[in-house]
Amino acid sequence: MSAVPDYIVREDHHPENGTLLGFWIYLMSDLLIFACFFVVYAVQGRSYAGGPTGSELFDLPLVAMNTAMLLLSSITYGFAVLKMQQGQLRGTIGWLIVTGLFGLAFLGLELYEFAHLIHVGAGPQRSAFLSSFFTLVGTHGLHVTFGIVWLVTLVFQLKRHGLIPENRRRVMCLSMFWHFLDVVWIGVFTFVYLMGVL
Amino acid sequence: MDLQNLVFGRLTWDAIPLHEPILIATFAGVVLGGVVLLYLLSRYRLWGTLWHDWITSIDHKKIGIMYMILGLVMLLRGFADAIMMRIQQAVAFGDAAGYLPPHHYDQIFTAHGVIMIFFVAMPFVTGLMNYVVPLQIGARDVAFPFLNNFSFWMTTGGAVLVMISLFVGEFAKTGWLAYPPLSGLEFSPDVGVDYYIWALQVAGVGTLLSGVNLVVTIVKMRAPGMTMMKMPVFTWTALCTNVLIIISFPVLTATLALLGLDRYVGTNFFTNDLGGNPMMYVNLIWIWGHPEVYILILPLFGVFSEVVSTYCRKRLFGYTSMVYATIVITVLSYLVWLHHFFTMGSGASVNSFFGITTMIISIPTGAKMFNWLFTMYRGRIKFELPMMWTVAFMLTFVIGGMTGVLLAVPPADFVLHNSLFLIAHFHNVIIGGVLFGLFAAINYWFPKAFGFKLDEFWGKCSFWFWVSGFWVAFMPLYILGLMGVTRRLSHFEDPSLQIWFQIAAVGAFLIALGIACFLVQLYVSFRKRESLRDVTGDPWDGRTLEWSTSSPPPAYNFAFTPRVHNIDAWWDMKQNGYKRPLEGFLPIHMPKNTGAGFIIAALSTLLGFALIWRMWPLTVASFIAMVGYSIYHTFNYKRDFHIPAEEVTQVEDQRTLQLANHV
Repeated sequence: MSAVPDYIVREDHHPENGTLLGFWIYLMSDLLIFACFFVVYAVQGRSYAGGPTGSELFDLPLVAMNTAMLLLSSITYGFAVLKMQQGQLRGTIGWLIVTGLFGLAFLGLELYEFAHLIHVGAGPQRSAFLSSFFTLVGTHGLHVTFGIVWLVTLVFQLKRHGLIPENRRRVMCLSMFWHFLDVVWIGVFTFVYLMGVL
Repeated sequence: MDLQNLVFGRLTWDAIPLHEPILIATFAGVVLGGVVLLYLLSRYRLWGTLWHDWITSIDHKKIGIMYMILGLVMLLRGFADAIMMRIQQAVAFGDAAGYLPPHHYDQIFTAHGVIMIFFVAMPFVTGLMNYVVPLQIGARDVAFPFLNNFSFWMTTGGAVLVMISLFVGEFAKTGWLAYPPLSGLEFSPDVGVDYYIWALQVAGVGTLLSGVNLVVTIVKMRAPGMTMMKMPVFTWTALCTNVLIIISFPVLTATLALLGLDRYVGTNFFTNDLGGNPMMYVNLIWIWGHPEVYILILPLFGVFSEVVSTYCRKRLFGYTSMVYATIVITVLSYLVWLHHFFTMGSGASVNSFFGITTMIISIPTGAKMFNWLFTMYRGRIKFELPMMWTVAFMLTFVIGGMTGVLLAVPPADFVLHNSLFLIAHFHNVIIGGVLFGLFAAINYWFPKAFGFKLDEFWGKCSFWFWVSGFWVAFMPLYILGLMGVTRRLSHFEDPSLQIWFQIAAVGAFLIALGIACFLVQLYVSFRKRESLRDVTGDPWDGRTLEWSTSSPPPAYNFAFTPRVHNIDAWWDMKQNGYKRPLEGFLPIHMPKNTGAGFIIAALSTLLGFALIWRMWPLTVASFIAMVGYSIYHTFNYKRDFHIPAEEVTQVEDQRTLQLANHV
C-alpha cells in the first residue's frame, strides 16, 4: 500500500479575506434593484396620463451640471485611493472630503430639481411616467446620501485609527460603491434625461 | 385626539380582534406559552446562556440550529392555517356557511402561503446550508459571521411581524403574492398588506445577505485541494441556490418597494388609472417568484444526493452530470416566469417560448432522478429514515413534476389556471420535494448537530403519516381541479364536490399526526439520548468532511484544516488509513460574539411596525436609532480572538478519550 497522503494542514490556515468579493456581489444585487426600476421606467416612461412629458420638464443644462458634479467626485475619490496607496493619511482624508462636497453639490441640485417639479404640479403622483422617474432618480439619490453618511463615518475612523488594513478595506469598499453609483448615473442620464427630451 | 393620531397612527383599541373567539383563544394560548417559557428560563437561570451562547452567537452551527427552530415554530403556525382551511372547505356547503367568515378565511390562505414559503421553507433551507456547508468544505465558519447572525435576526423579525398581525390588526387578504390592484390602497385600505410588505422587506434583507455570505464562503473558504469539481453535491446546490437568492431577491425588494410607494406615497405604478399597469407587478413578482421555488428545492436535491450515496455505500452516480444539471436548472429558472400567467394575453409566440422553456427544465431534473436511481442500482441500500424519505420523494416528486409539465402546456393551462389542480401540483412538488427532503436532512444530520441519533420508531410513524397524509390530502384536489373548482373559495354550492373535500380533510389530519409524531420523535430521542449517542462523529459511515469531526463539532469545527484529494473527501481519508492527529495543536483564530445583529434587527422590526401603523414619530426615531447603532457598531474594531492551543488540546484529548472508550 502506498504512503498515506497528507490529509491535514499542519500550519495555521487562513482563508483569503472575502470582504471585497462579498461587497462586489452585494453591489451586483443592488444593481438588480436599479435594473428593475430601469425596466419599470422603460415600460411606463411614456405613460404621461395627459400630464407633462419629459421634454417639457427636463432642464438639460441643470442635469449636465449635476452629472459633472458626480463625475468629478469619482475622480477625486480616485485621488483619495492613490493617496492611500502612497500611505498618506492626510491626503486621503482631504480628497475624501472633497469627494463628499461634490456629492453634496449633486444632491443639492437634485433636490432643487425635485422641488421644482413638485412645485409645478409634476410630482410622483401625477402619472406613471413621473412615478417611475422619481423612483429611479430618487433611489440613486438615496444611495448617494447613504454614501455620504458612510464617507463621513469613514473620515472619523481614518482619523482615529489611520491607514490600518481594516480601514484600507473600507476605503476600497466605499470606492467601489461610489464608482458604482457613477456608472448607474450614466445610465440614468442617458436613458432618462437624454432620451427623455428626444 | 390629534396627539393620539400622531403618536399611534392608525393603531387604536379597535385593532385588537376581541370579537374573534378563535383569535382570542389563540392569543391566550400564546400568552400562556410565553409566560411558561419566561418562567422556565428564569427558574433554570438560562437568560445568560440564551444571550451569550445563542442570541449573540456568530457560530454558524448555532445560527443554523436557530434557523431550524424558527422554521419548526412557523411550520406549526402555517399548518394550523392549513387545517383550518381544510375543515372550512369540508363543511361549508350549501346552507352551511362553515365556521370561518370570508374576511378571516382570506387572511388565512394568504398567511398560510406567506408563512410556508418565507418563514418555514426558507429558514429550514437556510439553516441547513448554514450548518452543513462550512463543515462540508472544511471551514471554521462562514465568510462574514456577524452578518450571518444579523441575517438570522432579520428573518426572525419578519416572522415576528407576521405573527403580530394575528393579534394586532389583520393580515393581507390578497393571496400570498398580493397582486394589485387588489393589494392597492383602493381595495385594501387596511394594514394587512402593509404587514405583508414590511414583513417581507425585513426578512428579505436577511435572506439576501445570507446569500452573499454563503456564496463568498463557498468561493473563498474551501479547504486546500477542494477544487470546484471536488465539492460535495450539497455544497454545489447550496452555491447555486445562493446565486439564485442574490439574483432574485433584489427583484422582490424592488417590486414590494413599488407597491409600498403606491400605498404610501400615492404613485401610480400598479393602479388602474394615470398610466399604472397591474400586470407589471405580476411580471416582476414572478421574475423573483419562479427562481424562488428553485431556491427552495435545489438544496434538497443536494440532500438527496448525499443521502443516496451514503446509504447505498457508493459514490454518487454521475457527479459531473449532477453538477451541470444543477447549473442548468439555475439558469433556466430565470426563463420561465411567464408560465404563471399564460392567461395574461401575451400572445401565442410568447406563451410558446415560456411553455417550452418550462418543459425543458424537466430534462436536467430527470437526469438527476436517474442519477439517484443508478446510484441505488446494485448499491447496498440501508433503509434508514433519510433513505425512506428519499424514496418517498422520488415517487412523489415525479408525479408532481409531470403535472407541472402538463400545466406548462399553454392551452391546458388556460383550462387549469387558478384551479385546485394547480394547488395540488405545487403542494405535490413542495411537500414531496422540499418537505420530504427536509425530513431526510433532519434525520441525517441531527446526530452531527446534537450528538445523538433520532428515534427510529417515531420517525417511521411520522414518515408514514406524512406520506400517506400527503397523498390523501392532495389527490382529491387534482380531481376537483380537473372538474374546474377554483382556488381560494370559502364556500361551495354543489354538494357532489363535498366528498372530495372531506377526503382531503382526512389527509390533513393524517399530516397533523405526522407532525405530532415528529415532535414526539424529538422528545423521545432527547429522553433516550444516552442510548442513541453517537461517539464516533460518523454514525452513518459518511463520505463528506462533516463526518470527520466530532458530533457535535467543537466551536472551531476542525482542529486542523483538512486537505482534500478526492470527491467524498472523508471516505477517501478513511480508505487510505488517515490517522486523527493527537498533538501539535495551534491557537485558532475565531470571530467574537456580538449583540449588534440582534439589536439592529430588533430596531428594523420596530421600524417596520411603525411604518405599518403609520406612527411617524416612532418611524423616524427607530430609523435614526437603527442607522445610528449600525454606525456605532462599525467603530468596533476588536472582532476576533484566539482559542489558545491548550484549550484546543484539551478538547481534542477529551475526544481521544471518548473514542478510545467506545471502540
